[in-house]
Amino acid sequence: MSELLKVPTMAECMADGRQPEILFWVGSAGSYDDRAKKITRAFVKILNKVKVDFAVLGTEESNTGDVAKRAGNEFLFQMQAVTNIEILNGYQIKRIVTACPHSYNTLKNEYPLLGGNYKVLHHTQFIEELMKKGRLKIERSSVLNGKRITFHDPCYLGRGNGVYEAPRTLLKTLGVELVEMKRHRKSALCCGAGGAQMFKEPEKGSKDVNVLRTEDALETQATIIATGCPYCNTMMTDGVKAKEKENDVSVMDIAELIAKAQDL
Amino acid sequence: MTYLPNILFAIVLITGIGYFAKNVKKLIRNIKLGLDVDVSDNKSQRWKNMVMIALGQSKMVRRPIAGVLHVIVYVGFIIINIEVLEIIIDGLLGTHRIFSVIGKPYYLVINLFEILAVLVFVSVIIFWIRRNIIKLKRFWKKEMTSWPKNDGNFILYFEMVLMMLFLVMNATDTQFQSVNSGNIISQFITPWFSGMSESVLHTIERTAWWLHIIGILIFLNYLYFSKHLHILLAFPNTYYGKLTPKGQFNNLEAVTKEVKMMMDPNIDPFAAPAEDTEPPAKFGASDVQDLNWVQLLNAYTCTECGRCTSECPANLTGKKLSPRKIMMDTRDRLEEVGKNIDKNKGVFKDDGKQLLGDYITTEELWACTTCSACVEACPVSIDPLSIILEMRRYLVMEQSAAPVELNNMMTNIENNGAPWPYNQMDRLNWKDEQ
Ligand code: SF4
Ligand code: SF4
Repeated sequence: MSELLKVPTMAECMADGRQPEILFWVGSAGSYDDRAKKITRAFVKILNKVKVDFAVLGTEESNTGDVAKRAGNEFLFQMQAVTNIEILNGYQIKRIVTACPHSYNTLKNEYPLLGGNYKVLHHTQFIEELMKKGRLKIERSSVLNGKRITFHDPCYLGRGNGVYEAPRTLLKTLGVELVEMKRHRKSALCCGAGGAQMFKEPEKGSKDVNVLRTEDALETQATIIATGCPYCNTMMTDGVKAKEKENDVSVMDIAELIAKAQDL
Repeated sequence: MTYLPNILFAIVLITGIGYFAKNVKKLIRNIKLGLDVDVSDNKSQRWKNMVMIALGQSKMVRRPIAGVLHVIVYVGFIIINIEVLEIIIDGLLGTHRIFSVIGKPYYLVINLFEILAVLVFVSVIIFWIRRNIIKLKRFWKKEMTSWPKNDGNFILYFEMVLMMLFLVMNATDTQFQSVNSGNIISQFITPWFSGMSESVLHTIERTAWWLHIIGILIFLNYLYFSKHLHILLAFPNTYYGKLTPKGQFNNLEAVTKEVKMMMDPNIDPFAAPAEDTEPPAKFGASDVQDLNWVQLLNAYTCTECGRCTSECPANLTGKKLSPRKIMMDTRDRLEEVGKNIDKNKGVFKDDGKQLLGDYITTEELWACTTCSACVEACPVSIDPLSIILEMRRYLVMEQSAAPVELNNMMTNIENNGAPWPYNQMDRLNWKDEQ
């Protein structure tokens, strides 16, 4: 289970004179945050298992600038964007997959006007595509079969870009009992991390947003809260801790659930 | 002397419409104080949105009770107001129920009007109960005191009275009642006035008739001062509403220019700036004139329904931020600027105030998670988030006034390409960790 991951970089591909099928954009959280790194590794395990021809930018990747833009620093955002676009275009990247809805939104929507045009997919969309093309067979797993799972829509995937079904389709394929929170899809409540909130103390109020959202999730009696965003994952994990439910409820990314179900 | 009522009517009508036109002109001028923005794209999608969202009220019915009641009041109110056309012609020519010459269809239509009038009346009462007896939370937030609260109720009273006047007018019209067609509802009101002489009945009928038309003219002029402006502005507002994905924020062109210059190796950074360079653009917004005109149109269109605020994660957890308040503040400040311009012969004189600080505080702005819940919830395509973002841009780029933690985060991105102080060379370390 702990065999080494195969993670080619674009620089290596270039040296070999080949163009991989997709670029995996890891994102800052996925690269540095301890919890998010596990999601990154889970996704790569799936890619390795299906032998997807992919590559990462590695040390050439830099922050998308999403969080700077939402904090109001358009200048820093565009500097980051222009730098990244130069590298992406230099490698003639056409398709990008990312496990971070913030990177997804920024690369897909905000880079084109600055000269970066790519087909961008969220990892749940890409895994669904692998499944539809018959490259990946997700079997109903004995570990997850019948488990009550609820899915928390990330703002920048759901409302932000209208992607509601791909993550749900994957969960259903795993044979789990998918239960919806009272606020879901278009009316899902934010986890509290977006708009640069992740990096600062919240303003004065009666409650933290992630706690309120965790209460939504706990109400469903689910034993697993599925997420599709590293920030949501952190927020919900903290929320579960705040509610002292960490022994009963776990927070997992969809990629992790699939990797677990396939015993990867 | 017999022409006196006609002349009087013409004067009332011209005054009512004239005053309204004057306010519409002011409204357009104020909206035009905003910056230009290109919204000439995707015409067919825009028309479709207007038909679906404004006319079809597709977003209203997401909350079924309020939605259905609102559709009844909306349809009823518009259809019944066709009657106003007859009133105007009668008033000017001194005729009585001029359209009745077409016979049967006329009475069928009046039947319909009467039924709608009752439906509107009942719906409005339910609205009033939701606001004042059940006290739905979203109508009792901090920003909903004094005028906004009264405004909401005034309109309901207005509609009750107008509907009542319409029915009483029909009920006391003996000529109309004697035809005994088209009076499907009013025939049951007629007995209230039994025993009154012909002339008293006639006076009541005339009074109701006059009050009805005067009431409508007052209502028309009340719009400008009220959140009820949305019955007109919802149409342009849904047309000009955001078409791009909700997650997508606009890129500032002025910044793009500067970034391009900085990154261009052919430009000598030490060269003296060219003589004719334009003054540097102001980044972001600190006052209403820094917003674009669609954002200002948004502010006038807001119905203060609070659907945005009731879904806002910040507001739900007790923070000061309320997207509805952002829109109300923008409108209030815009009105203040407009009055300032009126007073100073067409030019704005600095009043030492601005939207940022005097209306909207930084505490509110920094509480936003940019989740787009407010944008999604708004039944008339308003985008409070875009205003919040524009003001954050001003705080960060013009004033360097971001919270300390955010400044640290941004410094990290500048130095090592990540929001945390990690080395860029460690970006791939996850590969070999377990
Ligand atoms: S985008 Fe900001 S203002 Fe709008 S609902 Fe979300 S947190 Fe509230
Ligand atoms: S912005 Fe929209 S949702 Fe919010 S109060 Fe105004 S009309 Fe209602």
